[in-house]
Amino acid sequence: MAERLLEVNDLKVRFATEDGVVRAVDGLTFELERGKVLGIVGESGSGKSVTAMTLMGLTRGINARFEGEVLYKGTNLLEISDREMQNYRGNELGMIFQDPMTSLNPIYRIGDQIVEALQAHEKVDKRSARARTIELLRQVGIPNPESRIDDYPHQFSGGMRQRAMIAMALSCNPSILIADEPTTALDVTIQAQIVELISRLKDDFDSAVIFITHDLGVIADIADEIIVMYAGRVVERGSKRDIFYDPQMPYTWGLLGSIPRLDRPRPERLHTIEGMPPSLINLPEGCKFRPRCPHAFDRCMQEPELKNRVESGGHLDRCWLDVEFKREHRDETISGGSAEAA
Amino acid sequence: MTVLEQAAETGETPLLEVRHVKKYFPIRKGVLQREVARVHAVDDVSFAVREGETLGLVGESGCGKSTLGRTVVRLLEPTDGEIIFRGTPIQHLGTRRLRPLRREMQMVFQDPYASLNPRKRVGTIVSDPMRIHDLGSRSEQKRRVGEILETVGLSPEHYNRFPHEFSGGQRQRIGIARALALRPKLIIADEPVSALDVSIQSQMLNLLEDLQNEFQLTYVFIAHDLGVVRHVSDRIAVMYLGKIVELSPAEELYTRPIMPYTEALLSAVPIPDPDLAEKRERIVLEGDVPSPINPPSGCRFHPRCRYATGVCKEIEPPLVDYGNGHLAACHHPLNVDQATLARVGVAEAHTPAEADETALPQDTSGRSNPSVAPTTDTRSG
Repeated sequence: MAERLLEVNDLKVRFATEDGVVRAVDGLTFELERGKVLGIVGESGSGKSVTAMTLMGLTRGINARFEGEVLYKGTNLLEISDREMQNYRGNELGMIFQDPMTSLNPIYRIGDQIVEALQAHEKVDKRSARARTIELLRQVGIPNPESRIDDYPHQFSGGMRQRAMIAMALSCNPSILIADEPTTALDVTIQAQIVELISRLKDDFDSAVIFITHDLGVIADIADEIIVMYAGRVVERGSKRDIFYDPQMPYTWGLLGSIPRLDRPRPERLHTIEGMPPSLINLPEGCKFRPRCPHAFDRCMQEPELKNRVESGGHLDRCWLDVEFKREHRDETISGGSAEAA
Repeated sequence: MTVLEQAAETGETPLLEVRHVKKYFPIRKGVLQREVARVHAVDDVSFAVREGETLGLVGESGCGKSTLGRTVVRLLEPTDGEIIFRGTPIQHLGTRRLRPLRREMQMVFQDPYASLNPRKRVGTIVSDPMRIHDLGSRSEQKRRVGEILETVGLSPEHYNRFPHEFSGGQRQRIGIARALALRPKLIIADEPVSALDVSIQSQMLNLLEDLQNEFQLTYVFIAHDLGVVRHVSDRIAVMYLGKIVELSPAEELYTRPIMPYTEALLSAVPIPDPDLAEKRERIVLEGDVPSPINPPSGCRFHPRCRYATGVCKEIEPPLVDYGNGHLAACHHPLNVDQATLARVGVAEAHTPAEADETALPQDTSGRSNPSVAPTTDTRSG
């Protein structure tokens, strides 16, 4: 069995605001082993980015409250001091942010920003740090890194900036790479390149990846396990095959059905999930997805617990609906009725 | 060009015709601001948009699709070429004569955060176009704003709110409401959904479709994602480095791409099905779009093309009609049978063996694109 790097137990993150307590993450549990890719999927405001930032210790502050455990190789990252966290950040956990335009400093050269990251974590002299930076840029596929290292961010295209961000995140050989919507701001062609790059680097660096996205299509290739988040909660969790071929939550169906697919005939209309995600201050009673769920019934006023309801052991969901009923009806949502024609 | 000839044959005047439009941006240097180079953002592009149809315009960042969109509505001055809107050439019209035409063509922008003035209320944002064009009294304008807000799925009570009070999807609805305020004929939508979550994206695509049916709108829909474009378009134009490299009826582009660039774009669209995603061949395009300051010689796609040969470096392929309104500019066309090749006169010797193997008779309905997996759903059986 591969080494277990990360174990998150019932993580809760709350922020006190003037309007009330925001329950950004509400009971998240997962494990991550070396060499695996975990996908976290959900709409804006579902708590996926807060999860990522909490793992990195970036949500600490006087108005933030944490519960549960984030065990990295046995150490609870929620309990260590800010100074100790600094040793984990970058060295053990690296992060790629969504927007490569705003996450690089526009007035420093690309190379200097990566050298700075290296020197902040390791005792290396400038020259060897620079040599390593060139090597890193080469590994992430920047052509001609010896000269591009002295470019400013504006001289890089969007895809190259994201590559530079990945180089920076990998500079100290972290065991876990957290990618928060790394491809959302990019063209589809560049998106394909970046996904492939992340998957290759995971093997080269022998690390694990947490890949956060709102688009299930993006991780169909690379994820091993997938967590679907809604309103700060895990609403479904399972292997890639469980989520794509036997999805149990109507919310997951909606996410799958919203994607315009090239592998199916064009449907008359795309499926949409009506309405918007709920406010994390005033959560609806019962199942959090109930107000938007077309299949909701009276039992949904009580929140179902996250547990295994199907044959596949690791497949958990939060839905009261009968499994057979769901298997019969979900294709209407997922493929807009086109499956019936097939 | 051929599209225009086709339109002429059927006797209808297209709503919008673009003929040999070029847009170059000068690069100036030195004290005298001498022009030292030019960005060939749009380089000799021709197409026509018929009334009521949706033309998809696809390409990577930097291919000139947004510049083209802006040039068409005269937000940018074309360097050369003709833009004909409902039979009137508009490329040289002055501000005053252009103004009444602006009512008929509106734009929806990509970034719903940057395209709404944060200091104006929603009501003002949507009613400003009516005020500028002096349409109706104040109270009529206000009533109309309420109506439009409802049409796009917002509530009239949102009249006095500011943009920051809305989510990304709602803001994009405000942007659409503003474009609709003048009851335009043509809407240029520049990446209207690429900044949104997939779930919101599908809401927006359905809304655009409903509005088209309700108001008989004509769209030019600009996007980089062929999955999104397929859903809304009747015809699709693929752009690369300032040129249209393929123009085709929507479904045909997906079943029978001719240009290798289109094939690569198709294979980059993620497929939410792990088995199919694993099986299909991904053509990962290396590198970025080259600089439009010094575009590559010959076929502009040749440095990234896996079929490229000597001829591609030297001779720029013309946009050739392969029948059924399907045009492509390529020396090594894919999915084209021998008879068509002979007819259109692209030298057979240039065709790679692979293209011959995948070649299909024109009437075959089966899929021939190797990069997109077959349609049969293996699970549902």
